[in-house]
Amino acid sequence: MTEAPTTALEPSELSGPPGGSRSPEEEAQEAAGRSGGVWRLVGRAFIENKMALVGVGLVVLITLFCFVGPLIYHTDQAHSSLNTNQPPGGSHPLGTDYLGFDVLGRLMAGGQSSIEIGLAVALAATTFGVIWGAISGFFGGVVDAVMMRVVDIVLAIPAIFLFIFLASVFQPTLLMLIIVISSLSWLGPARLVRGETLSLRTREYVQAVRVMGGKSRRVVLRHIIPNAVGTIVVNATFQIADAILLLATLSFLGFGLPPPAPTWGGMLSNGTNYLFDGYWWQVYPAGIMIVLTVVAFNFIGDSLRDSLEVRLQKR
Amino acid sequence: MIGYLVRRVIQAIVVVIGVTIIAFVLQSLVATGPGLAHAIIGPRATPAQIKTFVGEYGLSQPLPVQYAHFLWQLLHGNLGYSYKENQTVDAIIAHALPKDVVLVGTALVLSILIAVPVGLLQAVRRNRATDYVATGISFLLYSMPSYWLGILLIAVFAVGAHVLPAEAPQGATITQILADPAGLVLPILSLTLVNLALFSRYMRSAAIETLVQDCIRTAAAKGVPRRRVLTRHLLRNSLIPVTTMVGLSVPGIITAGLVIENVFNFPGLGLTFFNAAVTFDYPVELGITVLVGMATVIGNLLADVGYALLDPRVRYD
Repeated sequence: MTEAPTTALEPSELSGPPGGSRSPEEEAQEAAGRSGGVWRLVGRAFIENKMALVGVGLVVLITLFCFVGPLIYHTDQAHSSLNTNQPPGGSHPLGTDYLGFDVLGRLMAGGQSSIEIGLAVALAATTFGVIWGAISGFFGGVVDAVMMRVVDIVLAIPAIFLFIFLASVFQPTLLMLIIVISSLSWLGPARLVRGETLSLRTREYVQAVRVMGGKSRRVVLRHIIPNAVGTIVVNATFQIADAILLLATLSFLGFGLPPPAPTWGGMLSNGTNYLFDGYWWQVYPAGIMIVLTVVAFNFIGDSLRDSLEVRLQKR
Repeated sequence: MIGYLVRRVIQAIVVVIGVTIIAFVLQSLVATGPGLAHAIIGPRATPAQIKTFVGEYGLSQPLPVQYAHFLWQLLHGNLGYSYKENQTVDAIIAHALPKDVVLVGTALVLSILIAVPVGLLQAVRRNRATDYVATGISFLLYSMPSYWLGILLIAVFAVGAHVLPAEAPQGATITQILADPAGLVLPILSLTLVNLALFSRYMRSAAIETLVQDCIRTAAAKGVPRRRVLTRHLLRNSLIPVTTMVGLSVPGIITAGLVIENVFNFPGLGLTFFNAAVTFDYPVELGITVLVGMATVIGNLLADVGYALLDPRVRYD
């Protein structure tokens, strides 16, 4: 059994040359019990999890639909036409909306911004939150108290209130939405990683690195964050789902990307104006796409967490 | 324990002050200059009128002075004066808040009453059909934008079946709201479902964690009847994390309330906040934000203290 190069459970600096007195069985057991072997277990548990497969499959399909779909199915999503509120059929498989845009083509284009914003927010918020939480937990004391009070303060104001506050003044753009949603989403990862750091920093190997003269920066970046990576990845997956939901809600409240930019949330909230006219194709497709995407990312997050529990049990 | 309480209360006060600073600075950043005056008193306001407006609201003073004034007034329970409504912010909030107690409070109580038994049942019948169905439903509800859930309910019960009104009662007072119970059904139902999705998942995992604890095994081993194990041991122990959950989900509940109030045009605090934001009525916006921040902090505080009181295993030095 070969060891995988990435060892997350034990720092490679400490593992030293294998002792000659140990039997081969013992070594093999050890190798399987940590690092590569354990991550392989996590990977296997993830693949065997049906929820995970459904989640990944859905994400792949939705991504293909949104990014490759427009290459095959050409529609004009920039110029409105007089061909408004057409029911599905003929050249418009899902009909047209109140401005004459083809609904199917708009679903594809709208998904792009949703997915882009979701991924960007998860990346930005997680990166910032992880660094914040790790520093706070690692240094403890006054630093921790101050940094965590900042988190508490921002957390005390519901994101939607802050967002409405900001959006009532700034015209939303793609970048602004990403920055604002991220600046309200890093609190979760910061708290989680702080908690992990508090328990990790008392571990023997972390203390060993410090005794050997390892700088704080090295301990945090090379040992604490890699060991919290499971928690971080699970949380990042949920962040994508939450960002897509928040985005849709903001569109409904009128603070999404301004028209004519296509977004699922925008399609849905415009479509609901025609609910009483029975234009179902303007209400259901966009809603179903949002739910499917969010369910898919939540599935992945849930199954990742379950598979990581396998790792924890083995430890 | 006393030391812990004192520490937590001091922390909470610090956080509340932080909330007022953030909300105040944000408001001041956006609400400045003659642009604001024009937005509030009209595009054709004369310089003299603008001067009066700026003077009346103390907008020409330096920011720290304005903040100190705001904080001083806040300590006296005074949240300011609306730009638009010719009313104090206190009066506006006092007018809207009871309606929220009806909407948000009822939905909260209902969702807890449903989530607790459902979560327990799921934990006991883990990985069986009942569990899968309940998990599936809560997953679906959780993944749905809350406003779309409201709209779907309108589509089914108001547009399709014509059994319930699509709009919440529009009365100005709480008695007028309560006089039209049919209109309350859909908003309360939507909000209950949104909260339920959150709570039942939490309750399920709390109960699963409790199930493997020694006290349950001991009770079962010494021959306590199954029903009694479930009600006396499992239920009680699982309720401890639920108090935390309810305390911590205050911001989530308020957010969901804001969205649902918009969907059904329910004249509560959320809709008041939203309308204030759209009409640049910053004192109302600021007042409600500070109030919501305080509610969140108090919720968190009660959750922590409740946890410490209910669970004798938790000890703080």
